Amino acid sequence: MSEPVIELRNVSKAYAANPVLCNINLQARTGEFLTLLGPSGCGKTTILRLLAGFEKPDSGEIRIAGQDMQTLPPEQRQVNTVFQSYALFPHLTVFENVAFGPRLKRVRGEELQERVTDALRMVKLEEFARRKPGQLSGGQQQRVAIARAVVNRPRVLLLDEPLSALDYKLRKAMQIELKQLQRRLGITFIFVTHDQEEALSMSDRVAVMNAGRIEQFGTPRQIYEAPENLFVARFVGEINNLPGRVVAAAPPRYDIRLYDRVINLKSQYVFRVGDRVNLLIRPEDVRIWREYEGSAEERATLFPAVVEEVVYKGSTVDLAIRLDHGDVLATTQFFNEDDQALVNLDFREGERVFVDWVHDWETILPHED
Amino acid sequence: MSARNTARIAYLILIYGFLYLPILVLIVYSFNDSKYSLEWQGMTWAWYQNLFDDPDLLQVALNSALVATLSATVATGIGALAAVALYRYDFFGKSLLQGLIFVLMMTPDIVMGIALLILFASLSLPLGFWTLLLAHITFNIPFVVVTVFSRISGFDRHLIEAAKDLGATEFQTVRRVILPLLVPAVGAGWLLSFTLSMDDVMVSFFVTGPTFEILPLKIYSMVRLGVTPEINALCTIMLGVTLILILIAQLLLREKP
Amino acid sequence: MRIREPFKLAAIGMIWFWLAAFALLPNLLVVLASVLERGGDEFVAFAFTLDSYRRLLDPLYLGVLLDSLWLAAATTILCLLLGYPFAYLLTRMPARWRPMLLLLVIIPFWTSSLVRTYAMVIILQTNGWLNQILLKLGLIAEPLELLYTEPAVIAGMLYALLPFMILPLYAVLEKLDRRLIEAAHDLGAGRVTIFRRIVLPLTLPGVVAGCMLTFLPGLGMFYVADLLGGARTLLVGNLIRDQFLSARDWPFGAAASVLLTGLMGLLLWAYYLSSRRASRGALP
Repeated sequence: MSEPVIELRNVSKAYAANPVLCNINLQARTGEFLTLLGPSGCGKTTILRLLAGFEKPDSGEIRIAGQDMQTLPPEQRQVNTVFQSYALFPHLTVFENVAFGPRLKRVRGEELQERVTDALRMVKLEEFARRKPGQLSGGQQQRVAIARAVVNRPRVLLLDEPLSALDYKLRKAMQIELKQLQRRLGITFIFVTHDQEEALSMSDRVAVMNAGRIEQFGTPRQIYEAPENLFVARFVGEINNLPGRVVAAAPPRYDIRLYDRVINLKSQYVFRVGDRVNLLIRPEDVRIWREYEGSAEERATLFPAVVEEVVYKGSTVDLAIRLDHGDVLATTQFFNEDDQALVNLDFREGERVFVDWVHDWETILPHED
Repeated sequence: MSARNTARIAYLILIYGFLYLPILVLIVYSFNDSKYSLEWQGMTWAWYQNLFDDPDLLQVALNSALVATLSATVATGIGALAAVALYRYDFFGKSLLQGLIFVLMMTPDIVMGIALLILFASLSLPLGFWTLLLAHITFNIPFVVVTVFSRISGFDRHLIEAAKDLGATEFQTVRRVILPLLVPAVGAGWLLSFTLSMDDVMVSFFVTGPTFEILPLKIYSMVRLGVTPEINALCTIMLGVTLILILIAQLLLREKP
Repeated sequence: MRIREPFKLAAIGMIWFWLAAFALLPNLLVVLASVLERGGDEFVAFAFTLDSYRRLLDPLYLGVLLDSLWLAAATTILCLLLGYPFAYLLTRMPARWRPMLLLLVIIPFWTSSLVRTYAMVIILQTNGWLNQILLKLGLIAEPLELLYTEPAVIAGMLYALLPFMILPLYAVLEKLDRRLIEAAHDLGAGRVTIFRRIVLPLTLPGVVAGCMLTFLPGLGMFYVADLLGGARTLLVGNLIRDQFLSARDWPFGAAASVLLTGLMGLLLWAYYLSSRRASRGALP
């Protein structure tokens, strides 16, 4: 098992009296695409800056490729950054911007020419070599910033919300390009974003952060399907949170009372009888029966509810459904290819429906507010 | 056009008129073909010719130009680096330094002149070229610092981090990123310093000696003897030089990075 | 201290050294000189005395001081009265004209004030431009004795110093948020109230800066008084000059200079207070 290329051990940092990072422990493997995801102010950019060397941690250790970064200034680290504002040198051409790093390492002549052109080719900008940054569009500047960083063959590439200034379509296209680039180069990418969709689609692993702590660290699938706390469940995707209580325990299965029904469900956590729990259900896992569907006995096992809002979203229909017990559920219904007449998603506000979800697709967490 | 607008424009024109009328009169009369009268007698270059035929005056002008060039250059060197340092670093006594530069800029010329005179006297330095040069450098520095600092404050702050990130040392960052972007501001600072130096009367008055005459003081002594067309011509030339330098400096400062 | 960054050390060191040697030290020496006795061959004798300051209070010199203060103050107030509306109107001009208009103010600002004072002499002379025009227009029968009078000195100082008042005022008026004024109008405030309670407090730092840049030089500008006022007018600036060069009474000249510096300090403090107040928001 190879050593992780990046390691943060018990790293803490505070600005003035405000703590920004509290005891962060994180590892990144070589060649992995690791995303730091979280709302503004959670500390994700700070971690990036600590790795780059622009800030020093108040306590803890930072190791890159096994080497302690304690005394190493940014110019000596084998790490490069793609800044949110691109930070291209306005007085230099695209070529010279990209050549900046190699030149400092005394790369000259043909070798320099080759390396720079290669890097530009990778981001599809060879023809813009003679232009100045001021003459490029946002997306093009971004790619120059990437080329300028990767041409130095760093061990790790740090990307600080590089796509946040781009419009939707361009963003989506760049996400794919970046992922392909990372695969090709084989270097570790540490990517910072507050967009959870971006994080899920691009990453090998995601660290969800909040207020200076890492709430959960895992693959996108783990983060989405098995959130470890309420924050992660809420921050990544939509979630429904229903109140349950344990009435019988036979770990890993428990009898959970939800409103007036008792359901037998599985959980990795250990609960005792009487514990309150949060039942977390994703909107797309909720199933809805119309009044005329199924038999009366079947309907007796479901939760009755009324449709409050219908939002047509093109590929899906989102509903807000108020259970007779009072709570509101958000659900996403997909169009079914077999439903030729498309009647199944023709919901009306005020309509009576019956609700359940796919059992064992939910997550059960200890009760939190 | 409404009455209020007319009044506003009239007021502006009035004040501009006040600011420029004497200068324009001066310029016009430098071409006036009459030694004493201020009646217009026709156009002539005679007075300018007289100036150029006067070797002493030319020497004095050269003296001024020399001091101006040297002091502007040294002040720009020290001032530009100081501006970069103030922008980049936090250090012990930083706000004190900023305060000192500000106070220096605000100090009335006469106070500065005296202070420097006392300094030179206590060091037993003879008053002449060197004391003049040191004095001019001193009052030029704050203007360079302010000019360069205001330009550098407009930088994307990530530019310097980007340079570091790519492997540049402090010195390389300054040399390859900061200074090239500051060239217009540094140039403007030099030009402003040159102008200040050429025009300075009061500080120079106290710190120079008979061995080294400079233009403004020469003009001063000439003027005390009375108005002559030669003085008009000389002043017009000084105005012209200042005007050109200031225009270039403004153009430099207007350039977007 | 690790010399990890030699550049940083060099840059900071240079400026500190220069300022300490040529700005800080000389001024300390002035203060020192002001409390020493007048020397014979040397410029000062090393004996402590407050005589120089006492002499400043001597009616003769006090008169000079008060005269200078009066002249400088009059000039400053005139500059303010003329310059404030001017700067304000500049900010109301269409944006594309403003750089040009501003340049037209900056040019006199950088032009040698000696040259401009001299230009004033030409205008005000007995056979000068103003008299000629007035004679031609038949408004006067005989040329006016304009030169060598107090109004002439004030006119000269006004002429030299007006741009120094306009520029800081313009800077601060330009930053004024128009929406504050609109909001005040909306709330029913009249023009005078708006000026008194919004515009003035917010532009106060500019006013103080402008006053500093006109009042202090006004006290020291001996050549204006020389050329336009003649031997009759003795100002602090002239006084200091004479003490240093003619009378060789350095302690006395130094004392007068310290006084000037003290005034400057006061004005700087006023500036500091006003800008703190403006940034904290001036609406009561």
